[in-house]
Amino acid sequence: MGEPTRAWPADTLARVPFWVYQDEANYRAELRRIFEGPTWSFVCLESDVAKPGDFRTTFVGEMPVIVVRGQDGGVHAFENRCAHRGALIALDDAGSVKNAFQCVYHAWSYDLRGNLIGIAFEKGSNGRGGMPADFCKADHGPRKLRTTTLCGLVFATLAPETPPIEEYLGAEILGRVRRVMGKPVQVLGRFTQGLPNNWKLYFENVKDTYHASLLHAFFGTFRITRLTQGGGVLVSPDGAHHASYTIGVPEDAKSAAYREQGIRSELDGFRLADARLLDSVDEFNDRIQLQILTVFPNLVIQQVQNSLAVRQIVPTGVASMELHWTYIGFADDDAEMRQRRLRQANLVGPAGYVSMEDGCVGGFVQRGAAAAGDEVSVVNMGGEGTESMDTRATEASVRGFWKAYRRHMGY
Amino acid sequence: MLERVVRLNADYARAIDDDRLEDWPGFFTEKCLYKITSADNHRRGLEAGVIYADTKNMLRDRVAALREANIYERQTYRHLIGLPALVGTEGELTRAETPFLVVRIMRDGTMDLFATGRYLDALTDDGGALRLRERIVVCDSGRFDTLLAIPL
Repeated sequence: MGEPTRAWPADTLARVPFWVYQDEANYRAELRRIFEGPTWSFVCLESDVAKPGDFRTTFVGEMPVIVVRGQDGGVHAFENRCAHRGALIALDDAGSVKNAFQCVYHAWSYDLRGNLIGIAFEKGSNGRGGMPADFCKADHGPRKLRTTTLCGLVFATLAPETPPIEEYLGAEILGRVRRVMGKPVQVLGRFTQGLPNNWKLYFENVKDTYHASLLHAFFGTFRITRLTQGGGVLVSPDGAHHASYTIGVPEDAKSAAYREQGIRSELDGFRLADARLLDSVDEFNDRIQLQILTVFPNLVIQQVQNSLAVRQIVPTGVASMELHWTYIGFADDDAEMRQRRLRQANLVGPAGYVSMEDGCVGGFVQRGAAAAGDEVSVVNMGGEGTESMDTRATEASVRGFWKAYRRHMGY
Repeated sequence: MLERVVRLNADYARAIDDDRLEDWPGFFTEKCLYKITSADNHRRGLEAGVIYADTKNMLRDRVAALREANIYERQTYRHLIGLPALVGTEGELTRAETPFLVVRIMRDGTMDLFATGRYLDALTDDGGALRLRERIVVCDSGRFDTLLAIPL
């Protein structure tokens, strides 16, 4: 089950074979070994399931999952699959139940922990039919996931051996999660972006600090982040998670580094007619104006100035995925901060000034490398290692991804 | 009034579909609200949009970014805008609700039904021309394919 089907071409983290984005059997193995394996998948916000009976439906890999607040106050998660014939148990994105879910197909019912508690006509009708006398409901049920919460985020895992979330993330990344998610959040909106590429191309893109100011001309032009600005990238010791950040120090407007490279990002004369877009507040009191953080395998936590969002990666096939955006603010935001976040949401999302390109660039790779399954991509900026660096002109965090990926996959 | 709204929508669609994006902010008053959201967010009162502009200058910036900064594959839209329902007045403002459908045509010829929804408009006479004080673009679906570059 889920065994890798191909051999990795070279024993360096700086080369990645293109078949890894194309191979159907490999994709099936990823769902088993990574998403259903010893990893924590982000599933929802704690505030999404505030009261007992409140639930959200989501995915861990391709597995449909119900996340629900139990009567005991704990958050439970189980596969959204009836133990009988496999139908979805819950059909809405979110809602609230009293104390049980009932499958619409044959009315089998489940408590808030996913235990099978009711079978319609279990004893048959008029003494005939019904389930065998020795059928044990406790032996049947959707798969249960363990959950954990961190700073208002809910994670779930199927594997008993997944370490506690704090250990899973490591101290450095944990600190960077706490930096942003330190207060009760308020959801400002949700959007889904369908991307025409393998899920890993998006996850790599988010970890790739090298591309940010090259592909995204908006960044460079308005000096939101540039490789020549202060900042760096932190990579967890196992390579799986990262946080990149930019420190908001105004630089010399005539900064020569980009001009010397002849790079498109330097666009003279492009100025905002309404500069309120970039009117930001240093709300975390550390001058970090941009932080992008990933939690392997499916979460991105984003702070772009005062625009905050969590993005959940949902693979939907070997060459397709969905990105589930939840734009957030804090419950104690005043009206001015809320307006600021709404305006700055223009920077991100499917129509984002600085993230629009990320929606299409994965598809460019998927299509560009369509016939190159036996070729490799080059991930060599900053060497071959995965250590944290105080520059973003590196692909260390991308290599970190492949380090973790290969360990999980057995390559 | 109905005829004026219909004409505004026809001109609006032609400006976008003919790639005269620079004309697009001209359909709005200086202080305005243009937002693209989903029916689900709208129903739940969630305020964020994938595009959110509360001044005409923000619309001009959107066009400038599309022209000068953003990278996206060459594509065009075909808007089909239905008949407006005039749903009320507030002082000088006329409220209209109008269904729309947008087909996206990619450079390789792929045509997709990219968005459907309704425009929730507040319109006003602005020096003899009817302009949008507010256009909330409520998409029926909250799922956007790949990216949204050109405005709806």
